[in-house]
This record gives sequence, structure tokens and C-alpha cells, in this order.
Amino acid sequence: MSGSDAIPEFRKARGEADEVGLTNMSVFASGSGARSAAEILAIIAVAVVIIGGAEIALRVFHVPSYILPAPSAIAWALYTDFPLILPHLYYTLVELISGFAIGSLVGLVMAAVITQFPFAEKIVAPYILLLVTTPMLALVPLLILRFGFGYEPRIIAVALAAGPMVMINAATGFRRVDTAKIALARSYGASTLQIFWKVRAPMALPMILVGLMIGAIFGLLTAVGAEMVGGGFGLGNRLTTYSSMIQMPQFFAVVIILSTLGILIYVLFYLIGKKWASWEA
Amino acid sequence: MASGSSKTAKLAVRAAGKVYRTASGNLTALDDCSLDVQESGIVSIVGPSGCGKTTLLWSMSGLHSLTSGEIRLDGAPVTGPHPQIGIVFQEANLLPWRDLDANIRFPFEIKHQKPDMEWIRHLLRRVGLEGFGAKFPRELSGGMQQRAAIVRALALKPSVLLMDEPFGALDNFTREEMNRLVEEIWLDTRTTIVFITHSIEEAIFLSDRVVVLSPRPGRVAREFEIPFPRPRSAEVMATREVFDLTNAIKAEIVGKQKSLAGRWASGSQYEPQHAV
Repeated sequence: MSGSDAIPEFRKARGEADEVGLTNMSVFASGSGARSAAEILAIIAVAVVIIGGAEIALRVFHVPSYILPAPSAIAWALYTDFPLILPHLYYTLVELISGFAIGSLVGLVMAAVITQFPFAEKIVAPYILLLVTTPMLALVPLLILRFGFGYEPRIIAVALAAGPMVMINAATGFRRVDTAKIALARSYGASTLQIFWKVRAPMALPMILVGLMIGAIFGLLTAVGAEMVGGGFGLGNRLTTYSSMIQMPQFFAVVIILSTLGILIYVLFYLIGKKWASWEA
Repeated sequence: MASGSSKTAKLAVRAAGKVYRTASGNLTALDDCSLDVQESGIVSIVGPSGCGKTTLLWSMSGLHSLTSGEIRLDGAPVTGPHPQIGIVFQEANLLPWRDLDANIRFPFEIKHQKPDMEWIRHLLRRVGLEGFGAKFPRELSGGMQQRAAIVRALALKPSVLLMDEPFGALDNFTREEMNRLVEEIWLDTRTTIVFITHSIEEAIFLSDRVVVLSPRPGRVAREFEIPFPRPRSAEVMATREVFDLTNAIKAEIVGKQKSLAGRWASGSQYEPQHAV
């Protein structure tokens, strides 16, 4: 029955203005939503112009490959060296997925619990902010010292990077209390648990998805960074290796794989959002 | 028809008092407020903004506890949400992530009951929402959303329906249409209805009795019997008697707070938050 004595309030959902507004972006609203054929053509045209222009300019001015390889050289390296890069992509994915799974699970549970206790939330908030703003990459040397050069330090770093991002956004979602909707559920005798699963959680879902997406992208960033710090495998390790051997086409091939991964993460969550959270448009 | 004894009242409010504790001190929303709602009656509650109408209704529903006094349903005190009491909230209050069917199923999910599909189909037909089951609230007009909310409330066959300014956000034509719909449903089901509104016209059209609450702290300032037979046609609503009654009720409300008379004259029907 907590909160039952609040003054009834209808026309606004509480808790939207006072957020730690780091990530209150409406990625699922419009953004890269429906585009017309003409717009898609224009986007492709821009890519063709930039890539083609770079190719021509680099050839005309005889820019050496170790400064900036031509797009064609990068494409060729991507094609020929892909089998060599593939195992490293796998390592990075293992780190990313396991770290992200752990981090986001902990983040979600903590967000759900902490938002039920406004007082505890106030106490914990600055520390959460600290976790969000500290680059977890900074801890990687320490983690390597403790856990060695295997998967563990990287997975931990990914979890530490993704978790707080998921948590802070999910908490924003859970805090979006709509008094009238909760009253509706209570008028049918709903329990606290039912209110959570049938009102609070669905209401928080759009923000949870935003948190998961940002968490996954931060996780990718941290995984690659951690791989660059030490240990002989992973896409980050490829970047340092190729650059130290001045194999720039291969280096950029890895960069392209990484941007593709990032875009895939975005598209994945965009599609999930479209399917499950499109009611909030 | 005069306000009878508590024995015959379906829903009785007895010396209800409600004090909100807020950061800036105590706020008395209701004070010694008493009224009876007869079985199968329609009672409208009107009053100046912030006079505690919504507080009174939420208390009747058992969603709010009273600071003093009590609410009785069929003679038994109401201490919490009651299965016999249905509520229609301001602005439909549908769950936007559920389609219409799932919204109407919502109460049954909470109660772990099997929905009476026959009855629900009948209600949907009644309000003209047949075939809209797969639509999401955002795909429906305000009037359709509110009709869906009425179906949701009636799906559980409550014996009392509490309606909290249900049509305040609708345009006038839709509102009149919804009023006729409520009348039809009432003629059909004879559900006891308590109706909160800012529209005196709406109150007169729908009610057996219009209760005017005083400015905060809310208590019953005066009750008006509405003697016109149902269904109430446009001709009836255009008669001199209705006009006089409207003015009498308006005077009762405005008289209690002269400084706000201008607001009523300008037709403001929008109640702000319960501002403190």
C-alpha cells in the first residue's frame, strides 16, 4: 500500500524532469526510422562520393599506404585476411557477449531493486554516477595483474562498463511512475509484484532497451581497449599488432569490422525496440 | 428519492475527512463530507477546482484511506480496492503497450480470472468498438479510448461504477455522445454510478442528483434533485427548467468562491493538479 496516500496526479508521469539526463535520447522515436527510397539513394551516393573521392585523391597524390591506404587496398585486405582476423573476432565477441550478459543482468536487477527504495536510491546515486563516468578501461592493467592475460580481466571490464549504463537507464525507466496506471492495477487488487511485472516493467522497457544498447556499445569499446592493453588475442590486439607492423590495410580492415559490429548492435536494439517498445513513439 | 437513510444507500459516505501531509504542511482536502448514493442511482459531484472531488472518489474506490469517517458499500465499510467497485479514470488510462483486447483482459489477469468473453463482446458492440481489438490505444481517438476504458471497467460487472471526470479531455460533441452512451449503458445495466465532472450540463443530463462540493476543504454544499425522466432528449435539455437548474448550480459553485467567478465565466473546465 506504499504511496497510496499520494495526492492523485494524472496528467504527467512523474520522474522525467529530474533524471541524470546522460542518455535520455529517443533513439526509437524517429532517427533512423522510415526513410524513403530517395533518402537511401542519397545516403549511398554520399558513401560513393567519399570512398571514390578518397581512392582518387590517395592515388593522384601518391599517398603511401603506411600513411593512409586506399579504400580498394582496405577492401582487398578485408577479403584476403578475413580468415586470419576471424578467430580474433570470435574472441572479442565472447568477451563482449559474456561481459555484457553479466553486466546488464546485474544492472537490471539493481535498477529494479534500487528504484523501489527512493531513500537508498538517493544515497547510491552519486556512486552510480561515478561508475558511469569512470572509464573502466583504466582498471584493465590492474585486472590483468590480478587475473592474467586471459578472458577474465576483459569480461570483467566489459561487465563493469556495460552494467552501470544499463542500470542508470533502466532506473530512469523504472522511476517513470504513472500514478494513474498503478492506481488502475491496484483497483483490481494487484500485488506489488504484479504491479512491477504488469505496469512498471513494460513502462520501463523503452528506457531499458536504450540502456542495453548503450551498454553493449560501451562494452564493445571496453573489450577492444582491454585487448589493446595486453594479451595476444582479440580485435584490439590485431589493431596494435597491425599498426606496429605497419600493415595499414589490415589495420583499417579491423576498424571496418569494428564499426560493423557497432552498427549491428545498434540495428539489433533498434529492431527489438521497434517490435516491443514501439508503443512509445 | 430524497437522500435516504444509510440502510437503503448503496454507497454511503459518512463524515469523510482527508488530510494530506505535504512538505509545506497539512492540506485538508475533505472535511466532514457525507452523502448517500442510492442503488441504481446516478450521482454527479461538481465543485470548484481542487475542492476534493477526486479525493472523494478515490476514497470511495478504496484506493485512498480516509483520515476520518468511513465509506460503506451495502452497509459494509470499504477499506481497500473492492471487486464490486469499478473505476473509469481521467483520460482513459489505457496501458499503451497493450492492444485493446489485452487492455480489457488486464483486470482478469490481475485477478487470475477467466474473462467472460460473451459479456465483453456484448459491451464492445454496445460502445461500437467491435473489431478494434487489435488496435493500440494510440491508434484510437480520445472518445474511443474512453469507451474502451468503460468496457474495461464494466467487464468485471461491478455494481458501482465510479467515473472520475472521464470525458474532461474530450471535445464537446464527443462528450455529448459519451454522455448518451453512459445513459444507454445505465438503462441497460442499472449500475450505480458516481460521476465527477466540471460540466454542469453533463451532470444534469446524467444524474438523479447533483452534489455540489464546497471549496477546499470539500464538504457537501448543496444537493440538487434532477427530476427529468430518461432518456433525456435534446428537447428536455433545452427547457427552461434545465436552464434554471444550471444557473442555480452554477451560482452555488461560483457563490462559494467569488474570486474565481471569472474563471467559470471563461468556461475553464480544466482542473490543474491538486496544487498545494
